[in-house]
Amino acid sequence: MSVETRRKERIDRGIKVRSDGVYAISSWREMSYLMVPRLVFILGLLVLPLAFYYLPYWQRVISIICIYALLAISFDFLANYVGLVSLGGGFYVGVGAYIAALCNTKLGLSPLLTIPLSTVVGGAICTVLFLPCLPLRGVYFAIVSLMYPLLAARVIEALDIFGGTDGIFGVDPLPSGWVEQYILIVSVLLFAFGMRRIVDEDVGLVFRGVKDNDQAVKASGVNITTYKALGVFIASTMGCLGGACLVHIYMWAGLSQFALDFSIIPIAATVVGGGGTLIGPVIGSMILVPISELLRDFGTLRIAVYAVILTLFIVFKSEGIMNYATRKYEQFERWVEI
Amino acid sequence: MSPDGAQDTAQQPLLTVENVSKKFGGILALSQVSLDVFPGEIIGIIGPNGSGKTTFVNAITGFVKPDAGKVTFKGKDITSQEPHKIADLGLTRTFQVMRPYYSLPAYKNLIVPLFSPRARRTGGWRGGGKMGSRDTVAVDILEEIGFERDSYVPYKVASSLPTGYLKRLELARCLALRPDLIICDEVFSGLSMSEMASMVPLIEKLQMEGMTLIMVEHRLRELFRLANRVMVLNFGCKIAEGTAQEVMEQSDVKEAYFGSEEVYEYV
Repeated sequence: MSVETRRKERIDRGIKVRSDGVYAISSWREMSYLMVPRLVFILGLLVLPLAFYYLPYWQRVISIICIYALLAISFDFLANYVGLVSLGGGFYVGVGAYIAALCNTKLGLSPLLTIPLSTVVGGAICTVLFLPCLPLRGVYFAIVSLMYPLLAARVIEALDIFGGTDGIFGVDPLPSGWVEQYILIVSVLLFAFGMRRIVDEDVGLVFRGVKDNDQAVKASGVNITTYKALGVFIASTMGCLGGACLVHIYMWAGLSQFALDFSIIPIAATVVGGGGTLIGPVIGSMILVPISELLRDFGTLRIAVYAVILTLFIVFKSEGIMNYATRKYEQFERWVEI
Repeated sequence: MSPDGAQDTAQQPLLTVENVSKKFGGILALSQVSLDVFPGEIIGIIGPNGSGKTTFVNAITGFVKPDAGKVTFKGKDITSQEPHKIADLGLTRTFQVMRPYYSLPAYKNLIVPLFSPRARRTGGWRGGGKMGSRDTVAVDILEEIGFERDSYVPYKVASSLPTGYLKRLELARCLALRPDLIICDEVFSGLSMSEMASMVPLIEKLQMEGMTLIMVEHRLRELFRLANRVMVLNFGCKIAEGTAQEVMEQSDVKEAYFGSEEVYEYV
């Protein structure tokens, strides 16, 4: 048996420490240290549709990536900041999709109105429907939230409402491909950075308190159900936004919008990208969704590839890409003798 | 009951517990326990392990729903109310097992109580009126409770703080609500002698400022210095109540607490 005589030591880089506080604005070096990664991410996303200008099929994939990214941010937020492991992504998408389709076909509202409307109204509907399960925690909430998309699809099928199994046809498309992609890309950016901001605000600390130590939060006179409901509202808003855009992209709302893909792939994206970072899930979707498209020819074998990727990440890099990259960016490592 | 100056018998009790009982399966954790707490008092609750002290606290603060009995706080019936509603009325508690938000700096731990509806109503700390930034108020509270402001202690990550500070952090979390009554579940346990020595004057100071406290304790020496009255629990029953001296002279208390044969000094 060999005895380990050295260990890895991690130390913050000087520039990271120097750019921690307001001193960051003292020099361009520190400022660019902070800004370059963020700008690369923002500009990278904004340039994507231009880069794929001659590949209309892949432009559509960009939109799908963004929808999954929204769902993944919502999963990451609920799981890592509110403590609710939600598998209800499919439900959020479905609710948003049906509301947008109904508003568009029955009320004749334009897509630019139905999207914000179904985002807010859908979020509210999801929150009200999830209220009874908010006292549940951990795996119990996960199980119940997984039932919602399944239940909704069966209810629509059995009662033959909202077009039944055929769905709702004749939904207006968005004015152009550019509008479609930039609505989604800008929403992803707003939600990703907005959520990062919120979780560091005072209200975000209450969310984290609900996750880490709900008893102390109760003893502090804060109603945890209110904050869980608020968390579900924020998360389902993102899902409904995705669903509303999806319905205008496909010009059709149907039962497949309650598909479990919308519940499961965001989890895989969060694991690959790095949980708790809120940017990682976006990166995760940008990796997984294109892979899924490339493997479309292999049919259901895609799921096997997904499973392998997920397993490899969980076993070898459970922290995810974003956490790994952040650590490398902010710290250096060296071996020290024990 | 003989009050020893801290309260006036004509005064209304702040908290009244009447015949509270609680069963866990076949075990009677609390049986018909009653207690009156008057404003400005420090009440000590002692008893051997498993005697129902923490269940009693949980039953008052709503974390456990009592099977029978009534709890009244400031004239309002709070029996089986939600814990956050009870805290909102001004009855708050510390936990025996401290669970601060380890990844956050100490002062950030107080943001949750400062964000609560009660803290927003009562408006910050001591000063009253409009609250400043919650961070500033939080550091003020920590200073009040013995975190030296000039040192970096209030800004240190909670996981790097020693037990003494974490216990104070628990107490600070309660104080942030500006409560009328604090129930301390074993704030002295796990502290070193010097940490305890600095905790006692802190609690004396709180009492002098008009706070009412219930202290569940195993550290009798410190508790008897502080408590105006002591209640003894054993197997879920109240076996004695009175001043420290009165209580310790009762033979059944000695028997329950120190064993029936030899009586030796605890501590």
